[in-house]
Amino acid sequence: MTADILLQVLVSGLLIGLIYALVAVGLTLIFGVMDIVNFAHGEFLMLGMYASFWAFALFAIDPVVALPFTALLLFAVGVVVYQTVIRRILKAPMLSQIFATFGLMILLRGLAQFFWKPDHRLIPHTLVGGNVVLGPVQLGLPQVVAALGAVGVTGALWLFLHRTRLGTALEATAIDREAATLMGIDGQKMFALAWGIGAACAGVAGGLIATFFPIFPEVGSNFILIAFVVVVLGGFGSVTGAFLAGIIVGLIEVMGGFLIGPEYKTALVLSLLLIVLLVRPKGLLGKA
Amino acid sequence: MRFTVAKAMGRGATRRQTIKRMMGAAALLATTALSGLTLGAGSARAEDEIRIGVIYPLTGAAASTGVELKAAAELAASIANGEIAAPQGLVAGAGMPRMKGAKIKLIFGDHQGNPQVGATEAERLITSEKVVALTGAYFSNVTATASQVAERYGVPFLNGESSSATLTQRNFKWFFRTTPHDDLFVTNFFTFLGDMEKKTGKDLRSIGLFNENTLWGNETTKLQIKLSDERKFKIAEKILYPAKTTQMTSEVQRLKAANPAVIMQSSYLGDAILSMKTYKELGFSPSMLLANDAGFNDSEFLKTLGKDGEYIISREVWALDQAERNPLIKSVNELMFAKSGVNFNGNSARAFTAVAVLADAIDRAGATTPDAIRKALQETDIPASGLILPWKGVKFDATGQNELGQGIIVQVQDGKYVTVWPFDVATKDIVYPMPAWDKR
Repeated sequence: MTADILLQVLVSGLLIGLIYALVAVGLTLIFGVMDIVNFAHGEFLMLGMYASFWAFALFAIDPVVALPFTALLLFAVGVVVYQTVIRRILKAPMLSQIFATFGLMILLRGLAQFFWKPDHRLIPHTLVGGNVVLGPVQLGLPQVVAALGAVGVTGALWLFLHRTRLGTALEATAIDREAATLMGIDGQKMFALAWGIGAACAGVAGGLIATFFPIFPEVGSNFILIAFVVVVLGGFGSVTGAFLAGIIVGLIEVMGGFLIGPEYKTALVLSLLLIVLLVRPKGLLGKA
Repeated sequence: MRFTVAKAMGRGATRRQTIKRMMGAAALLATTALSGLTLGAGSARAEDEIRIGVIYPLTGAAASTGVELKAAAELAASIANGEIAAPQGLVAGAGMPRMKGAKIKLIFGDHQGNPQVGATEAERLITSEKVVALTGAYFSNVTATASQVAERYGVPFLNGESSSATLTQRNFKWFFRTTPHDDLFVTNFFTFLGDMEKKTGKDLRSIGLFNENTLWGNETTKLQIKLSDERKFKIAEKILYPAKTTQMTSEVQRLKAANPAVIMQSSYLGDAILSMKTYKELGFSPSMLLANDAGFNDSEFLKTLGKDGEYIISREVWALDQAERNPLIKSVNELMFAKSGVNFNGNSARAFTAVAVLADAIDRAGATTPDAIRKALQETDIPASGLILPWKGVKFDATGQNELGQGIIVQVQDGKYVTVWPFDVATKDIVYPMPAWDKR
């Protein structure tokens, strides 16, 4: 009985951890390429959730089917945000950069509330509803699909960064922009690409989360704090690091919550953040 | 947007201007969206205005509740002002014959669910809007800070919908509360469980506490522990979870492992929805889920969850089926529905009543000085028949607490909240135990 429950908790932690990882990879990618912390990343997630919601409400398209559209839409949002806001603050002082993305966060939240009302919404029937029973372990199918999606997207991103010409160019820009430019890589294009992909990752995460989580304008704030912990633990800029760190954070949160007490679960995760900053500030796989 | 940067990026002036204009428009749009609520500031002030400050969570996580509370408060003001004819039988706030045509003007403040913002808004409403009384703020922790400001300035604060018991234990001179508080509601739970044991012959002595960890959840937990000791109930599991969490797996697993006969849960809307989803995901159906109002009674709760919200039991101060008992409730609810497109719920009915009781006091005061209003509030004595709430009336004790309030217990059956306890005012029989998820 106890072993069964522990197994259940372990698997649940793994699932939510993979989802945290997916939210965090976009954030870490943007930071890795251009050293800008995107405070509006949670709002990209929120937009992804709303895109799924409206695809379902207006056109009866399931969030899972709509994923490619959600990804494309958020890619476009990311590029537009880069072109209209971020491009102007590339060389601005860090405070300006923080305030720009922070302001963007407030703007997007405000707009979502203005246009879509502050109501909590839920997508009532998705293709992936119901439960999966694996021996003693019972899991929500939406969570399983979301976790698998997270693995798929992170894997695809990794392949893109390490196995394609464009991805390598992006990596090169991340390592040394000047040198990359000298090699004929268009830095502006790479930055726009990073924002597009980063936002698309958040969009896909939103689409996957929308199958089981309530959707409301402030939903990003629930996830973004954990995403920052994941990014720090994984190492700023490291996609693989964020992936591993997401799983670790998910496991610590759920296992720790179960064993020590749910009232301490957030405290556990945030203590982890403090410990990482003190002991290994570059994170698991970060650049020094 | 420094010139050098723009130049370095090689952008044409016209395009830059266009983008600037677009950004300006977007920013303006955002500002309007965020602060549309405070636009009343600075408008001309007629002498026959009775300015009442109303503080609700109009943006932020609880904004959907705040919008309903606002509509209810506005309805109460319109009825008191005679803009809408008072329904037959309404006593509190049916009109203000002694105010010689003076009209109530509600000035809204938005606390965003944040106690500091609540205090700042109270300060703004008192000092720059010159309100003569305040009401709000739904969240107990915000009511605590906002009423502190009112106390400092000597302005009456009438709270209609915050149930933390401590609010009226602070010996405040200017604080009044119409709603029954948690002590009473939680006591009701245990009395109800005693009644249920007699009725069903089942043992309901083991309890799982599942409360959120802000002021409200903490106070509730303390009280539940005290009462279960007194009444010989056993606490099988006690969970205080972080509000606004992303997952509740660990919480629900612990409850599942403890498997109590009854779960007592206190959650705001987002958490209430997430917990129901998690119960279902993990296949956990307790025989009784006794919710502590708030998220479980929000209009959005059933709209969002649909059938998955069935059979939960909650405490209430109000239920639509009480209209069968009282035609006044029916007619006031019709006005609310015509105005805002939603029926009253326990929160909005209490917000309505708070403004109505305030209007009643101001009318009896015949003046708008804080002292006169406070004195009139102390002398309030509204009979049960004149209210839209199933109370014995409104009459404040020395601490400012309405001593005639009482609660009911409702259950979701066929998509509606129906009164199931006290058994003498129940309109439906209780469904017990709660059916398992796979047998629905």
